[in-house]
Formats: sequence, structure tokens, C-alpha cells
Amino acid sequence: MDLGFTGDEVAFRDEVRAFFNQNLPDTIRRKMVEGRKLGKEDIVDWQRILNKKGWAVPHWTKEWGGTGWTPVKQYIFLDEMQQAPAPSPLQFGVYMVGPVIIAFGNEAQKKRFLPRIANIDDWWCQGFSEPGSGSDLASLKTTAKRAGDHYVVNGQKTWTTLAQYADWIFCLVRTNPESKKQQGISFLLIDMKTPGITVRPIQTLDGGKEVNEVFFDDVKVPVENLVGEENKGWDYAKFLLGNERFGIARVGLSKERIRRLKELASIERVGDKPLIEDERFRTKIAAVEVELKALEMTQLRVVAAAKNGDSSKPDPASSILKVKGSEIQQTISELLFEVVGPYGLPYQPEQIDGDRINEPSIGPDYAAPLAPTFFNWRKISIYGGSNEIQKNIVAKAILGL
Amino acid sequence: MDFELSEEQRLLKQSVERLVADRYGFEQRTGYMKEPQGWSRTLWKQYAELGLLGLPFAEKDGGFGGGPVDTMIVMEAFGRALVLEPFLATIVLSGGILRALGNDKQKSELVPKIADGSLILAFAQTERQSRYDLADVVTTAKKDGAGYVLDGTKSLVLNGDSADKLIVSGRISGKQRDKEGIGLFLIDAKTKGVSTRGYQNIDGMRAAEITLSSVKVGPEALIGEPGKAFPTIERVVDEAIAALSAEAVGAMAVMHEVTTDFLKTRRQFGVPIGNFQVLQHAAVDMLMALEQARSMAMLATMMVDEADNVERHKSIAAAKVQIGRSGRFVGKTAVQLHGGIGMTMEYKVGHYFKRAMAIDMLFGDADHHLAMLARTGGLLAAA
Repeated sequence: MDLGFTGDEVAFRDEVRAFFNQNLPDTIRRKMVEGRKLGKEDIVDWQRILNKKGWAVPHWTKEWGGTGWTPVKQYIFLDEMQQAPAPSPLQFGVYMVGPVIIAFGNEAQKKRFLPRIANIDDWWCQGFSEPGSGSDLASLKTTAKRAGDHYVVNGQKTWTTLAQYADWIFCLVRTNPESKKQQGISFLLIDMKTPGITVRPIQTLDGGKEVNEVFFDDVKVPVENLVGEENKGWDYAKFLLGNERFGIARVGLSKERIRRLKELASIERVGDKPLIEDERFRTKIAAVEVELKALEMTQLRVVAAAKNGDSSKPDPASSILKVKGSEIQQTISELLFEVVGPYGLPYQPEQIDGDRINEPSIGPDYAAPLAPTFFNWRKISIYGGSNEIQKNIVAKAILGL
Repeated sequence: MDFELSEEQRLLKQSVERLVADRYGFEQRTGYMKEPQGWSRTLWKQYAELGLLGLPFAEKDGGFGGGPVDTMIVMEAFGRALVLEPFLATIVLSGGILRALGNDKQKSELVPKIADGSLILAFAQTERQSRYDLADVVTTAKKDGAGYVLDGTKSLVLNGDSADKLIVSGRISGKQRDKEGIGLFLIDAKTKGVSTRGYQNIDGMRAAEITLSSVKVGPEALIGEPGKAFPTIERVVDEAIAALSAEAVGAMAVMHEVTTDFLKTRRQFGVPIGNFQVLQHAAVDMLMALEQARSMAMLATMMVDEADNVERHKSIAAAKVQIGRSGRFVGKTAVQLHGGIGMTMEYKVGHYFKRAMAIDMLFGDADHHLAMLARTGGLLAAA
């Protein structure tokens, strides 16, 4: 047993860190640190910087632009990226549909989509959830009926993150209404410009408009946009949801947020001393730091185990990482809300959008994004399979209950 | 970065696990507890034969040159069986002091006897008022010619009632809570002026209150430099915390396994109770608490030899926080999910719960270590 990284890994970490230091645009870094909204251009610009370096899709197979890094290096890269703090390459393309196309798509699909995903030439969004199908995703009702060389899609998707920017959506659709519910589902790629698609924003409780409803009304989708086999989509969806094991806990991001929390708690004052010296507050910070250290070690154990095992298969340990990781992120976001005391209250949406600030803020200039982030981050224990669903998975897959 | 055991370590793990599996069933343990000193001399001999008692000592002193990972392996296996023998007291704590500060004469005299199982040591450090403050030493060590005179009372001395020799901390100079001025003395437990009152703790382990009245010791009793013992006491207690963390993981793992099995076999309302989601989620919460604790026990083990004292001490404190919290949670939930049977003395799960609680209370509970971390800036620097 040995905690340290090898000399090669340390050199790699330094290389990655130096690259982020030199290449992450300061405007983006500042928005990330301050918790202000990133624009579409920020995400596109940054992903293209990464792609130019060859680092936008390190976990993909080498043939399609992957780096062939060991699991430890993959982990170091993500950890450093989160600590920079830099935005992630677009999740829906790089971590979701990309790996599905690599694993199950045909050659034509790979050639057509993968390079454009890596360079974010196409913005992808995810069409899984429906109004009646959340945790019980397999009950989904959006249908795709085969009609000659295309499918006709009808139905509604919801909670579609950043669909307003999207060029493409990957969807789970029901192609066989007769069979048992998991077995009649297919995985379709749909061009968002196709006639019959309507996107309607949903405002979330923080005031943001990052999620949408997407309606499909007789939308014609060429059959060549089917991934893998018809009616096998549920397997691909499980692959997609279960194969994220290095970034899901977001340990690096939480480290960065704790540093920020300590910075703000050193500026804020309570009575005649900085808040960071307040017994109760600093104990709350220390408690979450201990949890985070334990999670980091658990994450490293999973990474180290991947070295020896088959890392293409979903690992139920991902569920533990997701549950603990979400709890920790939410706790930190709550402390970041508390850190400014009553100045967490003024609602200043124009201060949150990093490109729209033209008036001085009410209260400290770092206060405005903190409460909305706290409310927004309640989503972390809901999306991608709620924490309760994750516990169901662990109970079944690990405990055999 | 590697969490795998070496081939040698795997063999050690197998042999310790086999020994406790064969010789340390729940009924057998109850029998050992009734022996005169509350633990089994026979088993102690077997540990010696297996090489466990000499494990962490240097080969030149008569040991086997093992490291913290070896201790972790032994302690985790011991935690799985709730082993009663004085391994922590003799090998980890007293042995740790000897390894760090003992001179050649002391080591060559004592280590072979420790390794062959013929010598039991106990570490007499904490006192009635000291709670978890290792520097709070009121027992005095007054210079008396070439030697010293010890006066005071040591409390909760683990296995103090079966020790042949004691390592006693005493204040040579300074005020009650000063880190400077503490010395360590090796004394025979039968020395005139030493009186011992042994007792059983809630977890079945033994301890003693030890009174020292005008105990005269020669200069050879001193271990290390006079008055400079504190950093070593802190380091050795950190080592003991790492060992206890591994023991706690063993105990928690058993509680989790036993509870999961119970959920699969116990039937109510015509079905195994493990069919109920509320119980499934509680079992998953136990698993997460166990795995977080296991991660921190590994961290503590790997930080034992860390050269940077502050880094070491903070990491091990963080581990103790996690171990304490996880241990309490896993123990309480294990009893709760068992229902009535979990409340009984005759069923094993409650005994594991009691040990987990005891481990939290030894060498600083979760609150104690959390407060220290909070006071010293936590684990991460501010941006």
C-alpha cells in the first residue's frame, strides 16, 4: 500500500496544472470561482482549447481522440480541472452520448459525430426524463414509429439541460409498445432543427433557465440515426448512467469550493473577529473537510481498482461516490450561503450572469451567486438517478437485497 | 498510489484471519473473558508463535521489522473477532514508546520477551482530569539522587491489571498542561508504592486505575530524554489511533455483514425484511459509513510514518473523526435493524456496537479531534 503518486504521475499532474494555469481564460476562471453563470461561448471556447491540446476526450478510445491515460491519470486530470477551477467539457456530448456511440454506434455514426462532439461543433442535450417518467425511467412514453426509412417521433421530454443551445438531442424512445417496458426502448439521435420540435424553458427555483421541456410532434428521424439495435436502448442507457466513476464525486470541485468558503469566511466578520474564527462555523467546515477527505480516499480506491479490472463496465461503487459526493457538495453550498449571512438574501440575477454586470451589487460583490447556487445545487442529489435510486442500486447490486 | 497488499502481507492476513476464525468464535471469546485477567494466555502464545507480537519491532532488536500496514492487517482481523488480548497496550502503545525512545539496553532486554509472549506491558498515561489532553500530566516525577520519585494516579490504563511492567508518564518540570517537562519511566508493576485496581470496561476489555505513591525508580527507568517525551507520546498515540481505526473497520464490517444476512433471513409479514426499502436504505447507509471509515483507516495507516508531524497528526485526527462517527452510526443501525435480538447480551452484534463506541472514546472522540482540526485551520488552505 502506498498513497503517493509515482514520479511520472507527479510530473503529469504538474504538466496538467501548468496547462490550466496558462490556458484557462481568466474571465472563465473568475466566473467559476465567483459562481457566476457561464455563457455558451465560455464552454465552447474552453472545450476547443482543450481539444486543440488533445485533452477534450481523454477517456475515449485512442482511435477517436482518447489519450490512453491510465485510470490514475484520468483521475488526476479531472481533479486538477475541477480545482483550477475550469468548466467540464460538455457532459452530454463528451461523457454521455460520445461513449455510447463509441461502444454501440456504427462506423458512419462514429465518423459523423465523434470529431464534432470532441470539438463541440455540435451541442448535445439529453432526452431521457419525461413528465411521467423520472425515477421510473423505463416507463417512458415518447414513441418512435417506423415508417419506411425513418421513424416518426411523438411525445415530450423534460429537464433537458441547455436544450436552448442544442444542435442535437439523444433520446430514449419507445419503438415496441407491446414488449415489457425495458425491452421496447431504442436510443435515437435527433437533429434539433427537425420540424416538429419545440423547446420551452423551465425556470428553476434559483431563478435560472438551464432546463427545458422538449416537445416532439411528428418529428421525422432517419433510421440511420438509431444507435445499436432497435429495442436495446435500455442497455445503452444503463451503460451511460453507470460508466462515470472518476468524476461523479466531484472531489476536486469540492476542494476548490472549500478553499473559496474559507477565503470568504476570512473576509466576513462576526463581532470583532473573522467568521473563520467562529467556533461553530469553523467546526462545520472541518466536519465537511473530513467527509471530503474520506470521499477522496474512497475515490482513489475505486480509481486504483480500475487499474486492475475492466473499466468499461459500470461499477456499483459509482453509486456510493455519487451519493456521498452530492451530500458533500450540497453541504458546502449551504455553508457558502451562510457565509454572507443576511447578504445571502438580496436576489440579483443580473449579478449572477457574469456578462451582464453593470451596476454595483447590493452587499459584498461576492454575495449574489451564493444563495441561488445553494438552491440550484439541490439538483445534484436528484439528477442522474436520485440518491434514493442510487441506494436501491447498491442494495441490489452490492448487498444482494 | 496503490491499495493492494504485498504477497507477504496477504499471507499475514490469511494466517491471522484463519487463527481468529478457528479460535475466536463468539462463544470462545466469552470463555476467554472469564479467564483470570480477562483474556487468553493460550491465544497470546499463539500470536507469539505466529510472529505477531514481534511484528513491528526491528529485526536487530528481536522483532520482524513489520510496518504500519502489517499492524493494520492484524488489528482489522482482531476487530472482526473482538479480540481481548493486550495487543494494543503491549505491542502498539508500550512497544511504540520503546521503538521510538528505548535505548539499546532496554530494547535488547525487553523486545525478545515481548515477542515470545512472556512480557506484558501497559502504558500508564491518562489521568482522572486529563480527558483527551495528552499533555495534561499531574503525576510528578521528582529528581531523587540519580533517580526519580513518582507520585500520582493513572486512570484507564489499558490492560494495566495484567501488565508485568508499566510505562508511566510523569511531570519532571513545568505546569499541568505544558508539553515540555514530561518524562517516561519504565517500572515494574510490582514496585513498592504501585497499587492497581483492575476492572472490565463496557466492551469486555480490561483496564486499571493505578496509584503511584512515592515510587522510587533508578536512572535506568527513564525512557528517552527527561522532560522531552511529549512529541513521542503524541506520535505513538497517533499510531495507536491508526491501529484502532483498523480494528474499528473490522468490527464495522462484521456488523454490516451480520445485519445484511439478518435482513435476508428474518421474515415478517410473510417476506424477508430485506424486501423493505426503508431497511435496504439503512443497510446501504451502513455500507457507505463503513467504506468511508475504511478509506480513512487506510489513510491513517499510510500517514503513521509521515515525516511532517502536523500533516500526520491532522490526517490521523481526521481518520479518528470518521471512525468515531461511522462506528457509532453502524453500531446503532445494526442494533436497530436487528430489533429485539440486537438488544440481547447473548447475540453478538451488540458486543461489536459496544466496542465501536469504546473506540470512539479512546484517545479523543470525534468531537475532540474535530475541534482540533477546526482550531488549526482544517485540512485545506484558504484560496
